[in-house]
Amino acid sequence: MLSVFATVLRRDLLLAWRRRADVLTALGFFLLVTSLFPLGVGPEPEQLAQIAAGVMWVAALLATLLSVTRLFESDEADGTLEQMLLSVEPLAVIVLAKVCAYWLLTGLPLVLIAPLIALQFSLSPQETGIVCATLLIGTPTLSLLGAVGAALTLGLRGGGALIALLVLPLYVPVLIFGAGAVDRWRAGLDVDGNFALLGACLLVSLAVAPLASAAALRIAQD
Amino acid sequence: MSEPQSSAARLPGAPGFNLFHYASPQTFYPLAGRLLWPCWLLAAALCAIGLYIGFFVAPTDATQGDSYRIIFIHVPAAWMSMVVYLAMAFWCIVGLIFNTRLSFMMSSALAPTGALWAFVALWTGALWGKPTWGTYWVWDARLTSELILFFLYCGYMALQAAIDDPRRADRAGALIAIVGAVNVPIIYFSVKWWNTLHQGASVSLTAAPTMATTMLWGMLVMALAAWAYTVGAALLRVRAIMIERERHTDWVRQLAQGGGSRT
Repeated sequence: MLSVFATVLRRDLLLAWRRRADVLTALGFFLLVTSLFPLGVGPEPEQLAQIAAGVMWVAALLATLLSVTRLFESDEADGTLEQMLLSVEPLAVIVLAKVCAYWLLTGLPLVLIAPLIALQFSLSPQETGIVCATLLIGTPTLSLLGAVGAALTLGLRGGGALIALLVLPLYVPVLIFGAGAVDRWRAGLDVDGNFALLGACLLVSLAVAPLASAAALRIAQD
Repeated sequence: MSEPQSSAARLPGAPGFNLFHYASPQTFYPLAGRLLWPCWLLAAALCAIGLYIGFFVAPTDATQGDSYRIIFIHVPAAWMSMVVYLAMAFWCIVGLIFNTRLSFMMSSALAPTGALWAFVALWTGALWGKPTWGTYWVWDARLTSELILFFLYCGYMALQAAIDDPRRADRAGALIAIVGAVNVPIIYFSVKWWNTLHQGASVSLTAAPTMATTMLWGMLVMALAAWAYTVGAALLRVRAIMIERERHTDWVRQLAQGGGSRT
């Protein structure tokens, strides 16, 4: 089972390496959207610092949503997905490996670039640390839930808008716990609760999302 | 002790009756037709009684005046929007376990009514909020989670509408309904938690602790009317879905030729 996981992970990373531009689009989207906010709401540093965490989180949600639709698309197009469904190995493990690869390619770069955006929004170093830490724990949850949506909408017309309608309501708790951490810290409150709840969300989606995605893929390829 | 079980499994006058007897569209269609009118009549009668109690019997509220009377529509709508989502998820689970087509049809028949209730709850809530809080909308935990519930209904219906193959639409819809049902409590508590942090609205939504009995009765009767309406609307819709999906079968053809003699 572990070898299947490693093989799929390696395969997806290798494929992404061969088509590097695809990986960078989500990151570019994240950078661009966050840069648009100061233009929209004005450049006052206090105001920007106030909205920074929320803006970065919402941009991360949208970046995930945009790129996650491609998670199973190329595999479906070239028939790999069918082979995965026929495989004797558990489909949930294969899906989990794919989601891991996807997070490494889109979620992790987002976390790594976040300090730069925090700088633009004039956040203090501690606040930057908190935002990055919440993104680090929260973005895997986004990827996992996004995979369920991607599997459900595979090959459907209007997939992009549809997946937004399906998945965004499910993202609400993660958004609240993630973006709320900096506000709590500013108010002088303990942020342990936020991290614990984000961790809980991650564990629940880690347990449920691969199974649900696998079921959705079987429905889609019935 | 085995006697009651066998008698429960076989009702007198219905040889071979079992739990799944009405799980087939062919047998359920006439039953739904017979239940339709009682549901509508019950809904109309209860609604008339409930509105009468609400408008003429229930006393005027000491603090909110007459504007509180929207509660008789608002609260039942909010209750129903939640109950219908649970019912949808229930039918989806039943459908996935027993592989019964009718369960999925019930689920998709319930969705528009549930979305309607969520919308009514939001709309009447806004109208109620203006005179009492001075604003149509506050980012209160209940309002926000009701809004998200409305989006969950929309997502379910949009997904079903996007899939042409009914079998796939059923199963994909069931999956998202169940995932949504798992998420609803998490969303509610996260929004509540978010709300306490931000202190956005210092309005306490909990109504007066000692509610007049007549108010409670009015609300209860209206809630029952909403139940009857929901069942009636779902049955009407499920009949339409059954005929549409089973149009290739003999029983629908016979129904069409018989000129609707079978109710």
